Amino acid sequence: MSPRLIRAAADATGRRPDRPLHLTVDGEPVTGIAGQSIAGVLLAAGRTSWRTARSGAPRGVFCGIGVCFDCVLTVNGAPDVRACRRRAVDGDVVITQSRADGSTDGAAGGGRMTLRQVVVVGAGPAGLAAAASTLAAGAAVTLLDAAERPGGQYHRMLPEEYGAARPGRLHHGWAAFERLRHRVLGHPRCTWLAETAVWALERPEPGCPGPPLVHTLTGPADGTDRPRRTLAPDALVLAPGAHDRVLPFPGWELPGVYAAGAAQALAKGERLAIGDDVLLAGSGPFLLPVAAALLEAGAGVRAVLEANPPATVARGWARRPWELAEQPGKAAELAEYTALLARHRVPYRMGRTVIEARGKGRVEEAVTARLRPDWSVVPGSEVTVAVDALCVSHAFSPQLELPMAAGCALLRSPTGEFVAVDGDQLTSCPGVYAAGEITGIAGAPAARTEGALAGWLAGGGDPAAPALRRVRRNRDRGRAFAARLAAAHPVGSAWPGWLRPETVICRCEETDYGALCRTATEEAGAAPRVTKLATRAGLGPCQARICGPTVAELTARLGGSPPGRPADGLPVAAPHRRPLAQPIRLGELASTPDHPDPSEPDTKESTA
Amino acid sequence: MRTMYGTRVVVLGAGIVGAACARELALAGGFQVTVVDRGGAAEATTAHGEGNVLVSDKGPGPELRLAQLSRRLWPEALAAIADGPAGSARAVRAVEWDPKGGIVVATTEAGADGLHRFAADQRAAGVRAEPLDAAALAAAEPHVTRDHTAALHYPEDAQVQPAAAAAALLGDALAHGTTLRTGCEVLGARTRGGRLTAVRTTEGDLAADLFINAAGPWSGRLAARLGAPVDVRPRRGDILVTAPLPPTVFHKVYDADYVGAVGSSAEDLQTSAVVESTRGGSVLLGSSRRRTGFDDRLRPEVLSAIAAKALRLFPGLAGVPVMRAYGGFRPYVPDHLPVIGADPRLPGLWHATGHEGAGIGLSIGTARLLRDLVHGTEPEIDPAPFRVDRPAVLGAPAPSEESV
Ligand SMILES: Cc1cc2nc3c(=O)[nH]c(=O)nc-3n(C[C@H](O)[C@H](O)[C@H](O)COP(=O)(O)OP(=O)(O)OC[C@H]3O[C@@H](n4cnc5c(N)ncnc54)[C@H](O)[C@@H]3O)c2cc1C
Ligand SMILES: Cc1cc2nc3c(=O)[nH]c(=O)nc-3n(C[C@H](O)[C@H](O)[C@H](O)COP(=O)(O)OP(=O)(O)OC[C@H]3O[C@@H](n4cnc5c(N)ncnc54)[C@H](O)[C@@H]3O)c2cc1C
Ligand code: FES
Repeated sequence: MSPRLIRAAADATGRRPDRPLHLTVDGEPVTGIAGQSIAGVLLAAGRTSWRTARSGAPRGVFCGIGVCFDCVLTVNGAPDVRACRRRAVDGDVVITQSRADGSTDGAAGGGRMTLRQVVVVGAGPAGLAAAASTLAAGAAVTLLDAAERPGGQYHRMLPEEYGAARPGRLHHGWAAFERLRHRVLGHPRCTWLAETAVWALERPEPGCPGPPLVHTLTGPADGTDRPRRTLAPDALVLAPGAHDRVLPFPGWELPGVYAAGAAQALAKGERLAIGDDVLLAGSGPFLLPVAAALLEAGAGVRAVLEANPPATVARGWARRPWELAEQPGKAAELAEYTALLARHRVPYRMGRTVIEARGKGRVEEAVTARLRPDWSVVPGSEVTVAVDALCVSHAFSPQLELPMAAGCALLRSPTGEFVAVDGDQLTSCPGVYAAGEITGIAGAPAARTEGALAGWLAGGGDPAAPALRRVRRNRDRGRAFAARLAAAHPVGSAWPGWLRPETVICRCEETDYGALCRTATEEAGAAPRVTKLATRAGLGPCQARICGPTVAELTARLGGSPPGRPADGLPVAAPHRRPLAQPIRLGELASTPDHPDPSEPDTKESTA
Repeated sequence: MRTMYGTRVVVLGAGIVGAACARELALAGGFQVTVVDRGGAAEATTAHGEGNVLVSDKGPGPELRLAQLSRRLWPEALAAIADGPAGSARAVRAVEWDPKGGIVVATTEAGADGLHRFAADQRAAGVRAEPLDAAALAAAEPHVTRDHTAALHYPEDAQVQPAAAAAALLGDALAHGTTLRTGCEVLGARTRGGRLTAVRTTEGDLAADLFINAAGPWSGRLAARLGAPVDVRPRRGDILVTAPLPPTVFHKVYDADYVGAVGSSAEDLQTSAVVESTRGGSVLLGSSRRRTGFDDRLRPEVLSAIAAKALRLFPGLAGVPVMRAYGGFRPYVPDHLPVIGADPRLPGLWHATGHEGAGIGLSIGTARLLRDLVHGTEPEIDPAPFRVDRPAVLGAPAPSEESV
């Protein structure tokens, strides 16, 4: 079976009857419904893949949220549009792309402002809460998000076109979110910039205090001729969130293998079920809401596989269980998911994972195996399962390109790198605050608390305000929760045992493990940047968002990265460094940004 | 001076220039070569630029002669390396040597006149420069602007992947007995009787008979630490990288402004379009020239200027996504000539640096010249213009650690 759209009549969200729209895809008419992304239209029309990689291998949706660049196609003549991000419009002319044969055919600025100006990047739980408390502190806020609607990954909203009468059916804490959204976006001191992506941060002259300039593009995802803006805030709050980290395994590049977040995004945001025989694998409690969303959407879930054995998980949580209990929303939510799985007789197995996906042109079966605590495979424990979709999430990868561009110091933890913040959510850069999943993975409530604290202080609020005491306490609990989560669901160090020489590591450039091993062991070419240029791992359209941390880990293990002092002025090779935070078309880059006259109050873009 | 193993040489810096020098000396025999770098090999300037091996941008003079020598040596060296031990053929493939030829396009009448005059002088110096009429240009580069006033084809221009090129040269040096020490920063000098006998490093002292300063844009600082300052400064350059495209650009295509910018010293931003495709399908759009010290901040207005210049040459690229920007620091000397030779002030110290925006191409000729000078044999080209004791190199006050 293929991915399919939930029928409007059967949709618990009370969606209005479908309004059809018509696209042509490679000259063929394809019908979708108003509100779907182009990826949603194609998936619902039964296509799991539409692009071919350099080797000719088929590709479709993988991450589902605009990170992996696997689903790009040409829309109305503009190449490289992320299909999962771009809303379909009636009459769109879509042409699929191939790298195989080489054919694509295819603000408020400045010193004169009297009111303190805060820019908040990202309108997820962290960003929205930050904007609210900036307003409460009396400052003006410009809240922007690349998405059309606020909510982030957690409160991913249905498209307006769906006219859902009961959108809250898919969400926890929906009513509170709706209240907050209206309060913030409708506030006279708030400027909401929807569909606005930050493509660059420009650090001030050395010695000049203050946050960087914020360079934005506004318009449909990967559109053309999108107007540029430059914002010069007094303080900046970064809340760009995280995405699934999927470790490579043989066959993970097959269409039908999704990052778990993609399944979640398609079910919650488009009402699309990715398959009928779905297997979920990886690690962490995030697998549970994904399973729940799939079940709600009517998909069959074969099993949920947690790679860590019960002992690891129990040890991680049990040492200080009250810290879990003190994330009240989370505990109840988890209990609910567990009950749901039981009701649907979906087995939850620990110490087992998917080590290979197989199929012709798309996933048809998954090989699962029992794991030891270090994630090495127990020989002989392999089992082959027929599936039509596979969802994987081994951890989360924070979106660190903006903090890195701002010059924020990072913190290395056993689960990866995060932005280092002090007790006030302030980063190492003056005037730059960080909140949400970029400082640690602890779920939406913790992201909200961090946002509230960051926004208040960025807005010039009194750091000693009594109300802040509770916020700080909650924030500290959130951090403790993040530490528990990381301890209970670590990534086992023996996972590279799943790899074979021909396993793809860099999905974009199809660099395989063998090539990485060969290059990293050559003395003259062992420096990370030299390896990267030689293997091309990390040079593809996603700019190492997907493969970067994995490549860094593997090359370090292969004895690659030699120690040494970085050269003055040149940045150290880092998997999360992307000076261009989002792609910008050459024509847009050549155009001049409009610098809004700071003496005039900003015109409100929208209060949706 | 000779030990039982031969003359001990320490090359300071494992960029492409240091790698090429190490290889020439290792192959020459009679030298025991060590290369040190504070970071990893080839990851500094060499991995932050482009890989043009050009004769087209150089007017008659010593730099062109060095470029012509280098252009001849590149294919010879790569062929010799490929015949080496197992793995070296792969290293050479990674170099992506591509003698694709360059095309220079003028878009103004004044530019056309300048270009034709420049090419006439180059021809007299032995460079092949062939005028292209509109039809020939359209055939060679179907996507280039129709609004041009002159175009010249330079069939000798070539391209490498610079980090891989350095790795191949260094790998060959290692295969011939050279030792590589990474993560080893040179801090200062030990002298005896006015002669440099050792360098102090973060990993202890390194004694040798000869030391070659190949520290790229940091050569000025390093030389100052050794007590013999040379005026080598950083000049920032930025490059844009597009998403992978179907074949669109077939040569190295650049605008005639390039010729002006290379030789200029102006402080402020200069840009000239250099457009080329890479084997991965991305197009590289360069580049800018700015003197801002070692300031690596992203400057959107610089990227905009590069984009605008590139669009003047290839208007059809307006819809192409740019996915990355990067840049580095060209090591430059105020008279725009490299510094190659012995330092008369400090016996034992040699320099091979200051190649500005041409160090990838010129590395191999530089190394040959240096080898001949060390050996005391007659070099193929006159080394005098590159000598250390010329006013541009020694004239300025010693750059301090802070001022460069
Ligand atoms: C696909 C996906 C689905 C998830 N679903 C759930 C779930 O159902 N339940 C659950 O408990 N947890 C879920 N999570 C975990 C979730 O990330 C957190 O619980 C929570 O959403 C984190 O909040 P945040 O504010 O830090 O980031 P996010 O909610 O991720 O919000 C970040 C926002 O920043 C915007 N942004 C990022 N970069 C830029 C830029 N350069 N320019 C402009 N805007 C930018 C994004 O568009 C996004 O809206 C999900 C995660 C993912 C990746
Ligand atoms: C944007 C841009 C585009 C370019 N395009 C081209 C082109 O198309 N064609 C071309 O030919 N050239 C080009 N260049 C120029 C070329 O990159 C340089 O000339 C060349 O890389 C210089 O090589 P190098 O070995 O001298 O310096 P580097 O590669 O910088 O090597 C010097 C080494 O010395 C080390 N070092 C420094 N100080 C110390 C110390 N105290 N102790 C130990 N080690 C030290 C550094 O770590 C470094 O590895 C470009 C440059 C830029 C910036
Ligand atoms: S997976 Fe995209 S660059 Fe490697």
